Amino acid sequence: MKTRLIHWFKFSSPQNFYVLAGRLQPIFTVLAVLLLAVGLWIAFFVAPTDAQQGEGYRIIFVHVPASQMSMFIYLIMAAWAGVGLVFNTRLSSMMASALAPTGALFALLSLVTGALWGKPMWGAWWVWDARLTSELILLFLYLGFLALQSSIDDPRRADKACAVLALVGVVNVPIIYFSVKWWNTLHQGASVSMTKSPSMAAPMLWGMLIMVVAFWMYTIAVALARVRNIILERERHTEWVKHAVE
Amino acid sequence: MSALSWSSVFFAVVRREVSLSMKQKGEVLTPLFFFVVVTSLFPLGIGPESALLLRMAPGVLWVSALLAAMLSLQRLFAVDYADGSLEQMALSPAPLVLLVLAKALSHFILSGLPLVLMAPILGLQFGLEGRALGILMLSLLLGTPTLSLIGGIGAALTLGVRGAGVLLSLLILPLYIPVLIFGAGAVEADAAGLGAGGHLSLLAALLVLSVFFAPLATTAALKISLE
Repeated sequence: MKTRLIHWFKFSSPQNFYVLAGRLQPIFTVLAVLLLAVGLWIAFFVAPTDAQQGEGYRIIFVHVPASQMSMFIYLIMAAWAGVGLVFNTRLSSMMASALAPTGALFALLSLVTGALWGKPMWGAWWVWDARLTSELILLFLYLGFLALQSSIDDPRRADKACAVLALVGVVNVPIIYFSVKWWNTLHQGASVSMTKSPSMAAPMLWGMLIMVVAFWMYTIAVALARVRNIILERERHTEWVKHAVE
Repeated sequence: MSALSWSSVFFAVVRREVSLSMKQKGEVLTPLFFFVVVTSLFPLGIGPESALLLRMAPGVLWVSALLAAMLSLQRLFAVDYADGSLEQMALSPAPLVLLVLAKALSHFILSGLPLVLMAPILGLQFGLEGRALGILMLSLLLGTPTLSLIGGIGAALTLGVRGAGVLLSLLILPLYIPVLIFGAGAVEADAAGLGAGGHLSLLAALLVLSVFFAPLATTAALKISLE
């Protein structure tokens, strides 16, 4: 940022951030589209066929980034919600509520792609593996957050209540993960070992990394677009919104 | 305020909750009958095969206990919130955390403890015996206070909210999963010859953690709801 001093706190006001988000959003959208195109091209045409899994493994290029994003977004969402609760900043809470639907979407996408991948590879749509189960519970946590948000009419109260819920969820996620893991080893049911990572061909790895970055860009673009809508909706009584909408 | 009067505030709240519930016995009995009815439904749905029922007993009893705890949680703060006494309690010089802890303790006494006492009878129906029944009771004794404490967070968050009952279960049941796993796991581990010690210790650890953290979160949630 050279030596010029930027007043970052300027952007904690929804009005200023609305403009900034409007400028940034197209950049991230373009990046997301480009990276998705490159990543999918590598995924379908460059990456070699897997020796054991054939062509079916290619869903990994969507599955792994989606699972990663679903977990990262929960952390980021809880962090924004926590900042909003502690500093009483409206915009932070708006960011948290803008991220939640995308996180839930990725959790669902990760479960669906996992099921589609699991059927040809393991012969079952669903196994009660520790990772699958924790991802399912993560989806439940997202749904709880969204349900609480939508059932409280006062947006500020909804923000704060959701922040408490998100923080409680963050504390619980590791406890839930380890208890589910232990539950799984006690039962030794139809679990399939997914921990051993086979050595990956370089194009596969590159394809996956590019897809991960593409999903990040998509998340940022969508969150910015959604936060702009939330700002407009919540600040609709103000003068600047009336001008902005015109 | 001195420490002595804090403890007297704590026990006064517990006494108040218990005596209020004793006047309306339905509040205590309904979740208990719910527990009995739900556990009796499982054999009817699955079939009377005793080996299968024995395998499922700890899980069925624990899941029913979670659901029964959910039933009574809605009323944990809602009645006091509706008539304004919750606000008065929040305004009193005693810390709100103390009140929350007292509420959680009385919820355990009124809903958890009856389940602990009822569980061995229902366990017998599923073919559990002596030692397994003892471990089931012990796991419920260690686990149900945690349910009351964590449930308090959800009850405080959904105070005065549309559709609070269903919402509460959506928020809280995922958080109950560790308790369910270790609670039901204790009985199974003992049956498998692994010993229930590890599971019971983890249940106790969860209890200690939630005694410390859950009232803080509940207090924060209550303050938001009372604003």
